[in-house]
Amino acid sequence: MAILLNRSTRVIVQGFTGKIGSFHADDMKRYGTKLVGGVTPGKGGQTHLGLPVFNTVKGAVRETRAEASIVFVPPPFAADSIMEAADAGIKLCVCITDGIPSQDMMRVKRYMRRYRFEDRMRLVGPNCAGVITPGQALMGIMPGSIYLPGRVGIVGRSGTLGYEAASQMKALGIGVSTSVGIGGDPINGSSFKDILQLFERDDDTDAVVMIGEIGGPQEAEAAIWARDNMRKPLIAYIAGLSAPKGRRMGHAGAIISAFGESAQEKVEILKEAGVVIVPTPASFGEVVADTLARTKKAA
Amino acid sequence: MDIHEYQAKELLARHGVHVPRGGLAYSPEQATYRAREIGGSKWVLKAQVHSGARGKAGGIKLCSNDEEISNAAEAMLGRKLVTQQTGPRGKLISRLYLEEAVDIAQELYLGFVLDRKEERVMIVASAAGGMEIEEIAETAPDSIIRATVDPGVGMQRFQAREIAFGLGLEDNLIGKATETILGCYRVFRDYDATMLEINPLVVTRDGSLVALDAKMSFDENALFRRPEISELRDKSQEDPRETFASDRGLSYVGLDGNIGCIINGAGLAMATMDMIKIAGGEPANFLDIGGGASPERVAKSFRAVLGDKNVETILVNIFAGINRCDWVAEGVIKAIREVGVDVPLVVRLSGTKVEEGRKILADSGENVIVADTLAEAAEKAVAAWREAAKNKKAA
Repeated sequence: MAILLNRSTRVIVQGFTGKIGSFHADDMKRYGTKLVGGVTPGKGGQTHLGLPVFNTVKGAVRETRAEASIVFVPPPFAADSIMEAADAGIKLCVCITDGIPSQDMMRVKRYMRRYRFEDRMRLVGPNCAGVITPGQALMGIMPGSIYLPGRVGIVGRSGTLGYEAASQMKALGIGVSTSVGIGGDPINGSSFKDILQLFERDDDTDAVVMIGEIGGPQEAEAAIWARDNMRKPLIAYIAGLSAPKGRRMGHAGAIISAFGESAQEKVEILKEAGVVIVPTPASFGEVVADTLARTKKAA
Repeated sequence: MDIHEYQAKELLARHGVHVPRGGLAYSPEQATYRAREIGGSKWVLKAQVHSGARGKAGGIKLCSNDEEISNAAEAMLGRKLVTQQTGPRGKLISRLYLEEAVDIAQELYLGFVLDRKEERVMIVASAAGGMEIEEIAETAPDSIIRATVDPGVGMQRFQAREIAFGLGLEDNLIGKATETILGCYRVFRDYDATMLEINPLVVTRDGSLVALDAKMSFDENALFRRPEISELRDKSQEDPRETFASDRGLSYVGLDGNIGCIINGAGLAMATMDMIKIAGGEPANFLDIGGGASPERVAKSFRAVLGDKNVETILVNIFAGINRCDWVAEGVIKAIREVGVDVPLVVRLSGTKVEEGRKILADSGENVIVADTLAEAAEKAVAAWREAAKNKKAA
């Protein structure tokens, strides 16, 4: 079933009646996502886009049996919304919001530890493009048309660079099992490693493309995990070769502040761990095609 | 967002951290007046710029009379201080801070950072202060003490005490050090800092513990709830190109190359810059135009990029996801006509309705070089820049 999301996942939208929430809710519905309602405190009882609006996530879960939630709530209130989802028993929360303070995210992560690991909500994002299982369901803001259904997983920090990779793959007829945006913030819900673990276990995924960037330890951590645990090929690109040290490149987390955080250093670490490197952002398609062909031959 | 040393010290002093007596000066006269206010017979005049390593660059002077203060102030004010951290452009000195000189017995290091691996606030301390933390990590790694704070309950007194003992301080300083560390943590937490560094934290000959320097950075995503920190922003310390862009809501970082970039999405922007470099060029900037790429934002972006006089070619790379390439193309043409782009322009569009978008660009009559792929866009931009540079030389 690919990972995280399929056509029968019951999804609600937090920040449902706002301009952005409405726009993307409509888009997701049209893509085929099983949208069952939304939450906007104070607007409970209304109907929006033909779906029920609830005051609380607990109320929405009770009435709709929602398992997943996508958050479009503005930055000052987004952390609160994520914790509300966790407490209401949501299993997967995708937070699109860009601009959440780091200390709020620290608190979110601390708060989620109150639940046993098996019961703990999985958070994807914030500041991400979301999750799509092509041909089945979309929980995010990506354009569905650029993804061909298929058997390669994508996990990346950036939205548009992920689109670039997916369309290069589509041009060569290579499809995607699930694409996951983990977001560009310094503290995020799911790490690269967390998502690689899911892809490794997924019967519908043959190989994984990881799209990283400068800053933070997650790409290196994922590569080392993959070296020791992953049988499927891992293909990676690290953006930011030309980024100077100490400057934030758009994403709150895209900043080189320690050794091992530059693109060059990360590529070295990845290479040593046996990861297939995409040498330029124009060669995602080719490298994935080559890797798939080689794996097939070996098998 | 960074702040000045004197501003960080004001915040710290309000939370029980001991700092030397000092005062701000905008002129040599003010500096000598401050010396009289502070009293004593030796002072340190410090250039207030957003950078470390000021001492080696001539931004810190020990003075023992009015004349020395006045001369040092005269030499510093209005000059650009170039340190190892500022890059060759340097940072303008328009404020000075005069402090009483302190008789140093020992220099310590105390730092607070948001640790991305632990996802918590981490405290780093060392008895080998006075040099950069990277240097300490290399020369005296065993001296480094680390502790992390549980965000659920905050920093505990025992943690601060453990650090104080770990630094090998005399018994009579343990209490003061504990208060200093806890005070720093409160400032870090209460103002949404991402970095706080006291280097050095000194033990004086008369047995007190003083923050001799202080550096702080803050989480820009949290400024909405920290108006008192937002007010401390000093635009004179920023690259003017970046100030222009950030005042218009654009995410922009100025670099030293000649190919201006306008791209949607931070990752695609970094990747496009990488591609320019691979093709043999140098990007002039990072610019993420954001999701919409509306004509207004495209026009603003052209103005921001063209504000950099080094820009000799512009590369626009937009992946139209939610919106459509034909709309983006119309926006680009509108922006070119409005702003007046006088350098070669390469545009690559991809995503929804890409054929229509390319046709609009081609039929516009404007001088736009259209590219289909990312590789082609970078190659065409570098070729156009080389051509333009050659013509410029010939002319």
